[in-house]
Amino acid sequence: MINLTIDGIQVSVPKGSTILQAAAQAGIRIPTLCWHPDQAVKANCRICVCEVEGNRLLQAACSTPVTDGMVVKTKTPKVIEARTMILELILANHPQDCLNCIRNQNCELQDLAAEYFIRDNPFENKTRGYELDRSTPSIVRDQNKCVLCRRCIDACSVTQSVYALGLENRGVSSMVVPTLGEPLIESPCVMCGQCIHACPVGAIYENEQIDELLAAIADPDKVVVTQIAPAVRVALGEEIGMKTGDLPMEVLVNGLRQVGFDYVLHTNFTADLTIIEEGNELLKRLKEGGTLPMFTSCSPGWINFCETFYPDLIDNLSTCKSPQQMFGALVKTYWAEKMNIDPGNIYSVSIMPCTAKKYEASRPEMCDSGYRDVDLVLTTREIGRLFRMSGIDFSKLAPSQFDPWMGQYTGAAVIFGATGGVMEAALRTVYEIVTEQELQDVNFRMVRGMEGIKEAEVDLNGTVVKVAVAHGLSNARKVMDQVRAGQCDYHFIEIMACPGGCIGGGGQPITKANAKRAERIDAIYIEDEGLPIRKSHNNPEVKMIYNELLHEPLGYKSHELLHTHYQFKNKKYL
Amino acid sequence: MDYLKVISDHADVPGGILQAFHAVQAGLGYLPKEVIAEAARVFKISTADAHGVASFYSMFSVNSRGKNVIRICESAPCHVAGAAEVVAALERELGIKMGESTANGLFALEFTECVGQCQATPVITVNGKPYLDVKPAQIPSIIAEYS
Repeated sequence: MINLTIDGIQVSVPKGSTILQAAAQAGIRIPTLCWHPDQAVKANCRICVCEVEGNRLLQAACSTPVTDGMVVKTKTPKVIEARTMILELILANHPQDCLNCIRNQNCELQDLAAEYFIRDNPFENKTRGYELDRSTPSIVRDQNKCVLCRRCIDACSVTQSVYALGLENRGVSSMVVPTLGEPLIESPCVMCGQCIHACPVGAIYENEQIDELLAAIADPDKVVVTQIAPAVRVALGEEIGMKTGDLPMEVLVNGLRQVGFDYVLHTNFTADLTIIEEGNELLKRLKEGGTLPMFTSCSPGWINFCETFYPDLIDNLSTCKSPQQMFGALVKTYWAEKMNIDPGNIYSVSIMPCTAKKYEASRPEMCDSGYRDVDLVLTTREIGRLFRMSGIDFSKLAPSQFDPWMGQYTGAAVIFGATGGVMEAALRTVYEIVTEQELQDVNFRMVRGMEGIKEAEVDLNGTVVKVAVAHGLSNARKVMDQVRAGQCDYHFIEIMACPGGCIGGGGQPITKANAKRAERIDAIYIEDEGLPIRKSHNNPEVKMIYNELLHEPLGYKSHELLHTHYQFKNKKYL
Repeated sequence: MDYLKVISDHADVPGGILQAFHAVQAGLGYLPKEVIAEAARVFKISTADAHGVASFYSMFSVNSRGKNVIRICESAPCHVAGAAEVVAALERELGIKMGESTANGLFALEFTECVGQCQATPVITVNGKPYLDVKPAQIPSIIAEYS
């Protein structure tokens, strides 16, 4: 252990700790900007500088290791003057439009400017005059707001191994740019949106489309129908002042009715349906010698990744559409008929934890209903904004039930929101199909949790099925490289683009640390435990749709509405 | 030029991407996107990172530019010695602004940091060859050497 003094307080910390870590232990918060709890130290913003006795120059707390007998002072006049000037210099070329900014009140730079009461900046404000990059349907980049912390580059490269972002030029002309300085759509970007979480300011954000929803609600001819993904509920409360997981599902349903949705249905219904189709597809591939291992296909960021970097493994992808797109195809066919509503009048909105879903809904092939299957995708953050604007006190709002035909769901659907959830849900169903016995303990704990790559073997009456689960695309890449090299014997692999799965999706409330993702995962499994039905094949509405429309898994109608195909995304530069 | 070969010739050199870029630029005058992407592939880094390297150093250009690159020092000693008048003379003579290239593709005008000839300021370089104690009146004859 290393003993040191910070602001007169004695601290003892493990060897290798930084001043920043030691200060936190002493109860002293040192300001940070480029530092990120789940990334390597960058030490480029210098906002964390401190005085260290014996050093002429101020030292960055995030990168300076502690030594025995070190004496650190974190808030001397010299330190405060330096931090103030650093902020003034950053603010000197940062647009002064906080009121209009998507990150207003959720911005690390704004917090620091308030904390150091920056009033009259002696440096003239000169913004850099970049145009917004709106080239993708998912993500908007505003380089004018970039503070060059490089956290987005780390998220894109280290966490996701996509390498769509890099630093261009040098010194004052440095800028974070997509590959070769081209628009984002030309880069290998998979639209996962992890860069949005990494960004401390408003330089990267979702393509905000709340106005399109409000226009549809205002149109008397449109029947506005929504579906909610399972990961949304556990995090949405964070946007409206509640603790993670505390917003009850039925209250959320009523909230959606209050803001103007005509019908509220659930993506969980098609998550259960996905399990029936995907589980049977796996069994068919196992039986008939199809391409193995089979990869899950729910995560559109992952689909983009596979289509971009592993086109040779496209045949391994399950042909099942994601639950969002299955829902989209059914709401304008099956549901419209049930409700006797003209599908041409249905405006289908999905509420997703995901930025890549905005892209997925816009794929030209996603029109199997004869219309665009999903008209609009809003992220958890966008719905959070709408809820804040609504003035509703959610602690007082009465619960309300989902609308019929596509609103029922099981615990197996709920866990789709967490890494390992699709695998566990599939195993719950596949086990019973193969063994024709009831599965007593539905909990497959070995595929849960934040470990990057998880493996398990499941014995189905003598047939051992080997499965793997990866989340975060750098973990996916490791597994894919093994598959490509023929070095693994998995049968089924679940991959989610985002760390933690959908609960950590690019459209979720800004998530500054993986610890928050783990909290949301806990909330997911609590919801699963509390539900009366926890196996997808026991969902009564799923049974009904097979009776009335689909007749059998992988049947004619399923192929028409619920399955899709993939194609090589031939990006010019990777 | 066969940039594929030039790049692959440097594949086993530690840090060879810089030498490869120098060699390609000597032939093409700048580093086209295809070159940066190919170097990324050969040196096993991302294209985004290779672009970072190419755009970081002022001696590399990632944009197509005039064949003869005229650089003028923008550091303090040259500034004090009247670099601004030399810049004005260059811009007037070539009919372009600093950072631009002539329409006939013959000349490019760029600023550079100190080139280490502060005993004889202001300094310009043409394709790396230094001209010392440059007076605005000399500019036409210097340009004529390359026209």
